[in-house]
Order: sequence, then C-alpha cells, then structure tokens
Amino acid sequence: MTALAYLTWFERKVVAHIQSRWGPYYVGAHGLLQPLADGVKFLFKEDVTPPMADKFVYILAPFMALALALTAIALIPFGPPTLVWAGQPIFVIANVSISLVFLFAITSIGVYGVALAGWSSNSKYPLLGGVRSSAQMISYEVSMTLSVVGVLLLTSSFGFNDIIAKQGGSIRHWNVWPQIVGFLCYLTAAVAETNRVPFDLPEAETELVAGFHTEYSSFKFAMFFMAEYANMITVSCLATILFFGGWQSPFPDTWTWQNYLPSAGLLLLGAYCAYDTIVYMKGIARIQLTVVTLGAFGSGVLCLIPAIHPYIIGVFWFVAKLLVFMFFYVIVRGTLPRFRYDQLMSFGWKFLLPVSLANLVITALVIILRHG
Amino acid sequence: MISLPFILFFLLAALAVGAAIVLIVAREPIHSALSLILVMISLAVLYLLLGAEFISAVQIIVYAGAVMVLFVFVIMLLNAGVEERTDFSKLAKWVGPVLAFFMIVELGVWFSRSAIGRTVANGPDSGTAASTIDLSKMIFQQYLLPFEATSILILIAIIGALVLAKKGE
Amino acid sequence: MNFSVIPISYYLVLSAVLFGLGMVAFVFKRNIITIFMAIELMLNAVNLAFVAFARAHNQLDGLVFVFFVIVVAAAEAAVGLAIVISVYVNRQTLNIERINLLKF
Repeated sequence: MTALAYLTWFERKVVAHIQSRWGPYYVGAHGLLQPLADGVKFLFKEDVTPPMADKFVYILAPFMALALALTAIALIPFGPPTLVWAGQPIFVIANVSISLVFLFAITSIGVYGVALAGWSSNSKYPLLGGVRSSAQMISYEVSMTLSVVGVLLLTSSFGFNDIIAKQGGSIRHWNVWPQIVGFLCYLTAAVAETNRVPFDLPEAETELVAGFHTEYSSFKFAMFFMAEYANMITVSCLATILFFGGWQSPFPDTWTWQNYLPSAGLLLLGAYCAYDTIVYMKGIARIQLTVVTLGAFGSGVLCLIPAIHPYIIGVFWFVAKLLVFMFFYVIVRGTLPRFRYDQLMSFGWKFLLPVSLANLVITALVIILRHG
Repeated sequence: MISLPFILFFLLAALAVGAAIVLIVAREPIHSALSLILVMISLAVLYLLLGAEFISAVQIIVYAGAVMVLFVFVIMLLNAGVEERTDFSKLAKWVGPVLAFFMIVELGVWFSRSAIGRTVANGPDSGTAASTIDLSKMIFQQYLLPFEATSILILIAIIGALVLAKKGE
Repeated sequence: MNFSVIPISYYLVLSAVLFGLGMVAFVFKRNIITIFMAIELMLNAVNLAFVAFARAHNQLDGLVFVFFVIVVAAAEAAVGLAIVISVYVNRQTLNIERINLLKF
C-alpha cells in the first residue's frame, strides 16, 4: 500500500519532467513526502454521499475495486519459490498451479467495481462514465487473454513458476522474443484494461467531469485511485512474468559478479542522496534526506553479505523490471493524446482482437511444424 | 475434530443459500444481480473444494465475469425499477413455497440415502484434483463434436443478438 | 457425524436447495430480468451437482459437461437479454404480467 502511495509521487514527477517542469518539490526533499500530505488531505476531506444513491452499492464499489486489486497481487511470485521458511515459499503468497487463469478471473470481476460505482451514484455523468468504462474493460479483456495464450502454448502450463522456469537461462530465453507480437498486444490491451491514457476517456478530467468517480469524495475516491495503481502494478507484474522472465536476471547465472548489483545500486543511490544533502538541501529537507541516505547505505552494505544474495537477487530483478514498466506507463501518460470512445472500441474489436487471434494461430502453427 | 474443508463447506453453503434468499426477497433487480454474483463466486470456491480447479476459474471468468456483467449492463441501461406488488392468487402464494420446500426435502433425503451420496468428497483418500491437461484432452478428443457444435451455437447467438439489437432501432 | 470428511450428499443437498430456491424465484418474481437470473441460478445448481458427481465417480466427464453447460448458458443469456431489450423497447415495461399479449 505504501508502494501505491509513492507511485503517485513517481508519476507526478515523471509527467512533470516530461512537461519541462519540476513537479512536487516543496513538501519534503524532492517532494518525497507529497503522498503523505495527499493522504492526510484525503482523510480530512468531507465525506459526501449523494442523495437518493443506493447506499449499499455506493459503499461496496470502491471496497470491491480495491480488495480485488490487492488480491491479485497475492498470486504474483516475487522471487524463486524454492526459498522457503517454515515450509512455505517466502516470495509467493498463493502458490497455485493455475495462477494465470485465476489472475484473469480476478481481473474479470474487477469490472464490477467501475460499473457499480457509476450506477450507484445516481447521476448522469457517473453512469455514462461507468458504463463506457466497463464496456471498454470487457472488450480489451478478450484481447488481453488471447495475446497471452501464445505464451501458454510455449509453456504448456498455467502456473507462474512453470512459466518463469521455462524462461530460465539468460535474456536470450525470455518469452518476449518469440512472442513479440503477443507482447505488444498484451501491453496495449493492459493499458486499456486499467483505464490509463491513452484509453482513459471514462475518467478523464476534461471530458465527463470526472467520469465514474465524480460523486466520490475523500477516502472512497482514494480507494479508487489506489485500486487503479494496484491494477497497473498487477498487469505490469504479469507482463514481467509472462514475457520477461519474472524474477530471473538477464545475465546467465555463471556471471557471479551480478550478485553485487543490488548493493552497487543502493550504494550509488546513497552517494547521490548524500551529495544532495550536503550541497543542496536546507532545514527539514536535510534531515529527511539524511535518513534516506543512511537507509540506502545501510541496505547497500547489507546486500554485500553473500548469505543474503539468493534472497535479494530475485526481488531486485523483479522490482527493476517492474519499475521499467511503470516508467513506460507514466511516459505514455505524459506523451500520448486520448482516444475518442468510438475509436477506442473499434480499435479494440477490429484491430487488436484479430491481431491477437492471428498471433495465436501462427504460434500454434509454428509449434506444430517444429515438433512434427 | 472439525477439519478445514468442513468449515469452509458450511460457510460457503450458508453464503450461497443466503444469497439465493436475497435474490428472492430483494426489491431492486440490481441487488438480485449482486447476490447472484455472490452465489456464483461461492459455487466457484465449492468447485475448488471438489477438486475442479479449471472449472472454478472458468465459472468466474465466464459466468461471474461476463454473463453477470451483461445482466448488470441491461439492468442499468433499462433502469429496471423497483418490483411492484402483484395480485395473483392467494392460494399460490402460500401453497407454492410449501410445495417447493417439500420437493427440496424429498430430493435431499433421497440424495443423502443413496449409495453414491455416501462417497466421501474431501476425506483423506478421495483422489486428487482434476488436471487441466486431462480435461482438455477429453474435450478435444472424446467430446470434439459437442465442442464444435457449441462454437457454432455461440456464433448463432452472436448473430441473433446483433439482429435483435439492430431491429430495435 | 464425522467432522473431518464431507460426503458427496452434502453437495447434492446444497444443489437441490439452490435449485428449489431458483424455482421459487422463477415462479414468484415479476421482473423479466430477475426471472432470467433465477434461470441462471438453477443452471448453477445443476452444475454443482455435475461437479459433485464427477468427483464421486472420479471421472472427468462431469466436468466436461459443466464446461458445455456454462458456455451454452452464456449464449442463452446473451440472446435472452437481447430479446428482453426489444420487448422493453416495444412495451416499455419489464413486468411480465403486462406483457401478456402475443400480438400488440
């Protein structure tokens, strides 16, 4: 949940830099305490409920959206499942053999959060925004699922651990190379599925007031926000697992120097923060940045211990790939204009779906021709 | 000693029956739709208890995630209002549920006394979960004809729905 | 009562109860869409019985049948709701007691 709050900081900073400005800089050093200020603001805002709204559904919708988004994260493996503690793998909360299908099941039910939010607000704009948004989500869900089937054909298993194990070795074995079309389809469909720019017409600020969450204030609005970021994280995690090898490193395992990469990265971060503290910051920001510096240096030194390496490496690479995807998401947001709704729907059904199907058919053909 | 599947079964059964009762007594169709979604999800978890993992996921993806979304859309678009009071025969109102209750009790008694009913579903030696590979082999080898027939059926359904939607304009 | 195992009959009784409740809803409700939902509830109850029997006989045929039932129910729901929408467009009501003329 803290990661979600800091994602908002990350996004505002990157979008601002794209737009040649600095973004949150004032609150705390480099604006790092901005999410805290936002959280406090959300808690203190007045909680308004529209009159004649369906009370039960109105309160249910944001809870459902957030609960489903967080449940999806339980299925994701952040590290090798062989590392156990008291018999249970540490890095996966739910280690099932059909994780992929379950993840798609959870995404399917996520449509209800949006649709019910639009309905229960009992006013025109949220209803329209909600219906449009859920129609978009179910349209792109089909393409998203189909573009992933190519990976399933290569792996013949639904479980995440099997899919990741099949991509073992090095960057040459990752699924993105044989499935580049599938990957691009998946990425497009995922951006549309999570209602992000350029597909965010239903919740855009300049269009239908604010779309399906117009009538929501303070904490419920915050929950929708968090649910959207959690969805973003989930589809990015899925992309890393399916196409980019999950928690495995791009270098072959024989290159042992790569075990020191996490500590190198953290020590560099510590050095940069130390430089910032000494040279630039004044006052309270100085104290905050000192804390961050000490934290970075401390964990960097900790990662030098060889006993910790197997635990850290998996998470390090997974988080690194995840950050690349988050960066991509935010850059796309800052750069591309918005689709109009009919363009959006025709793109989903008339272009993306045939391309995913073609990818599936061609992958199946190639596999059959190769293996006789 | 009460085992986890036992508690889980009764929890889910109570949830499913409760949601079905809400479906009957709810005054707004949207509440009935939500309770039906709850029934479907609890049934999906029951399928997991019975070892059918793929069917459980298919139930959620197709039934709870697509069919019920269709229902919710139609309810929202048509703005189906509150159920009105009806004025059909008083006899049916009282005799009906009683007869239904008797039918359920009779079915239940018959099931629990049958030999197949005594088979244990979640004991220590009741077989493993159904693997997706075996299930798909069966669909594509033994039941290939029904599979192709259902795909034609879906095509007919799509065309039918489109024609009906166009005629309405 | 042995608390550590669940005999199949429990699942079958649950299926029977859900089917009966669906039947009651089908007979007593007036909104077309709610009646449709009662039909789906009955289909779900039957699916549960199929899965329970598949487990009892330790065969997968029951699961294949459930798969097809789900698919057919989805197709039926799509066409049925399209019909409901055209009925609404023509009669402006969803109350089945008012839609009782074969020719308008």
